[in-house]
Amino acid sequence: MASDAEHIVKSFENELNRLRAQITEMGGMVELQVVNACQSVVARDQDAATATVTMDPKVDEAEREIEQFVIRLLALRQPMAADLRHIVAALKITGDLERMGDYAANVAKRSVVLQQFSLPFSLSGLAHMGELVQENLKTIIDAIGEANIEKALEVWRSDERIDDIYNALFRELVTYMMEDPRNITPCTHLLFIAKNLERIGDHATNIAETLYYAVTGENLTSARPKGDMSAYAVVRTGRE
Amino acid sequence: MSETNQQSATTEGVNQMAMMEPTSSANLNEPRIAIRNIDFYYGTNKALKGINLDLPARQVTGMIGPSGCGKSTLLRVLNRMYDLYPGQRAEGQAMMDGDNIIDPKVDLNRLRSKIGMVFQKPTPFPMSIYNNIAFGVKLHEKLSKAEMDERVEWSLTRAALWGEVKDRLNAPAGGMSGGQQQRLCIARTIAVRPSVILFDEPTSALDPISTLKIEELIDELKSEFTIAIVTHNMQQAARCADQVAFFYLGEMVEVGTATQMFTAPREKRTQEYITGRFG
Amino acid sequence: MSATTHMNDLGSPHSGLPGTNQSKVAAALGSRRKRSDLIAKALCYSATTIALVVLFAILATLIWLGARGFGLHVFTNVTRPPGSGGGLLNAIVGSLIQTFLGVIIGTPIGLLVGTYLAEYAQGTLLGNAVRFVSDVLLSAPSILIGLFAYQILVAPFGGFSGFAGVAALAVIVIPIVVRTTEDMLTLIPNSLREAAVALGAPKWKSIVLICYRAAMNGIATGVLLAIARVAGETAPLLFTSLGNLNWSVDMTQPMSSLPVTIYQYAGSAFDDWVQLAWVGALLITFGVLFINIIARVVLRRRS
Repeated sequence: MASDAEHIVKSFENELNRLRAQITEMGGMVELQVVNACQSVVARDQDAATATVTMDPKVDEAEREIEQFVIRLLALRQPMAADLRHIVAALKITGDLERMGDYAANVAKRSVVLQQFSLPFSLSGLAHMGELVQENLKTIIDAIGEANIEKALEVWRSDERIDDIYNALFRELVTYMMEDPRNITPCTHLLFIAKNLERIGDHATNIAETLYYAVTGENLTSARPKGDMSAYAVVRTGRE
Repeated sequence: MSETNQQSATTEGVNQMAMMEPTSSANLNEPRIAIRNIDFYYGTNKALKGINLDLPARQVTGMIGPSGCGKSTLLRVLNRMYDLYPGQRAEGQAMMDGDNIIDPKVDLNRLRSKIGMVFQKPTPFPMSIYNNIAFGVKLHEKLSKAEMDERVEWSLTRAALWGEVKDRLNAPAGGMSGGQQQRLCIARTIAVRPSVILFDEPTSALDPISTLKIEELIDELKSEFTIAIVTHNMQQAARCADQVAFFYLGEMVEVGTATQMFTAPREKRTQEYITGRFG
Repeated sequence: MSATTHMNDLGSPHSGLPGTNQSKVAAALGSRRKRSDLIAKALCYSATTIALVVLFAILATLIWLGARGFGLHVFTNVTRPPGSGGGLLNAIVGSLIQTFLGVIIGTPIGLLVGTYLAEYAQGTLLGNAVRFVSDVLLSAPSILIGLFAYQILVAPFGGFSGFAGVAALAVIVIPIVVRTTEDMLTLIPNSLREAAVALGAPKWKSIVLICYRAAMNGIATGVLLAIARVAGETAPLLFTSLGNLNWSVDMTQPMSSLPVTIYQYAGSAFDDWVQLAWVGALLITFGVLFINIIARVVLRRRS
């Protein structure tokens, strides 16, 4: 995968390539899910929501397939060094991708509920967040395909921006809820949607860290600033 | 390298070093033998080029690399086996107990009683099991019959062979199975009470179960002995060794803990060899 | 995907040939091989048969003619003039003494030279020279060795003697033992020597205690070969111990021996002497056979 030289055992080389292809294929499915999920919320697109949810079993199936394949490779090839790191990474990456798919499905389900409400405010912040998450997801899947650490680091760093937007959205949605109690139901759903998108972003950084270790053999330390401050956020009403 | 990567190296650098430390050298004991700048020549052919390597005390150092890379040669330097053959010579230092092993003035018989060796093929002497072990002991010590009996039992027990042969100590050693013969060779070596044991591909002629027994034995022996093992079997090095050194074309390319070498080797050549992408 | 196309590529050379044609070729090749195998086998068997027939013819003649004159008197009486009921006692004892002493003197020398060649002189100029000379000696006509002993030990001391005979036989023993010792030691894997040395054994100890032991059977076979060879030697004794028709165990005097006696008696005009010559031949043959069998049994039990 990472090495320029070909493996002496050609079938092993082929299997490693196949593994990588399977991950990028699964990545493509999840990417589509996330795109559709965002579309279903922002454009109130019912079909997109359905597509996201129906995709989920396929993603789960892909995860199981890769898991079986990885176990077979470990048992039969006894991989070492970079091969070992890549194969174990494949296992972790598919786990992350599967979680992302679940979050996307959850977003899509909530979008169906949201359609029953008319929203008196713009969803541009959420849309922007969705774009960033999609972009990160696309970049990280490219990075997997190319074993590209620079792209992985790019994703790893830009997650902070997503977190910032999420914090802003959190305050914004809480404010809407305080303004008008009728907003509470849609805004709660929107909060969860934002949270899910933020989680998808987090998993993208997980994948970036896994990929970095697989390629370089070194750990990306957890020094990355945790951007989600909403846990500490207190939004007070102006009346006080 | 891109700018971003550079940046990460500097910001994470300190953290990274601290993280790597436990896996790189802290797990290794103080060196029993310190090899410094060893060169070796077969006639005019230079087979080892400036080797630097510490053999940590009471731990296993695995030596891996393709055929003819010099790993076996290094073992034969450490017990001066090359002295048997004219035209072979070594230069440099291999320090043990303050003496340079390579020094021509070293008493070879005493040196070899301190640094034992087990070979690729089992080499039982054409005599009884008992005498196979007594042979080496008699070279260095004068023991009474009772003491010798005790020593034979001790070494055979240590080599996990006592139970299998205690009823036929006077049977010829050639009648044992290959795995038993190899364990006899190990017993014979430890009977002399060396402090270092060199294994030169000790299991390449054995079946998988005998191989595992030898590996288990090596693991037990390291509580007392400093061990160096040359092997072509990477999994074996991974299973047995605390420290692994990779040799290529007479050079030592990389050395590190087994964990580091088999999960994240630093050198490209090591990586390619370990993952089977050579040449 | 690429793996499957690869498999197809591998399969193509076979599938490309029509099956029937291929099996015809294989059948033709097979019958030719079977034929040549049969011819080779037939040649081997017939050669073996010839050798066995000759061998058994010799043995049968020997037993047929030798057994007739066999009796206790052969062992109790010394050689006497024709017609007076002589035996072979002096010849048997003389042969035993000379063979025994010749082997006793020749074996250690041969053993040490062989050891030198195998253990110390591999690839050296001196070693190659010694090996060459020893091989020449091995194939030298034995009469030459007799002449040499005569020139050195008989002529200067003014008389034939048992000593001179022993010396000549020893010279014959040496190259045989050298050859087998060297061959047997060279056959021992180096790893065995290294194993001994690795335990801290000095080289001489590893040779004496390990290598000799491992090469024991081969070296013993070599010594037996040497005994068999010298026990039947006539030519070197003709010029050295000469033969003696009277009882004598004095090594400084001419000494009788079976081969020389056989040589003298077989060509004589007296029937009882010719008969004794056959008995002597029978004794030598079975003596050597007996030594061989004993040694083999003993060595097998040891190993």
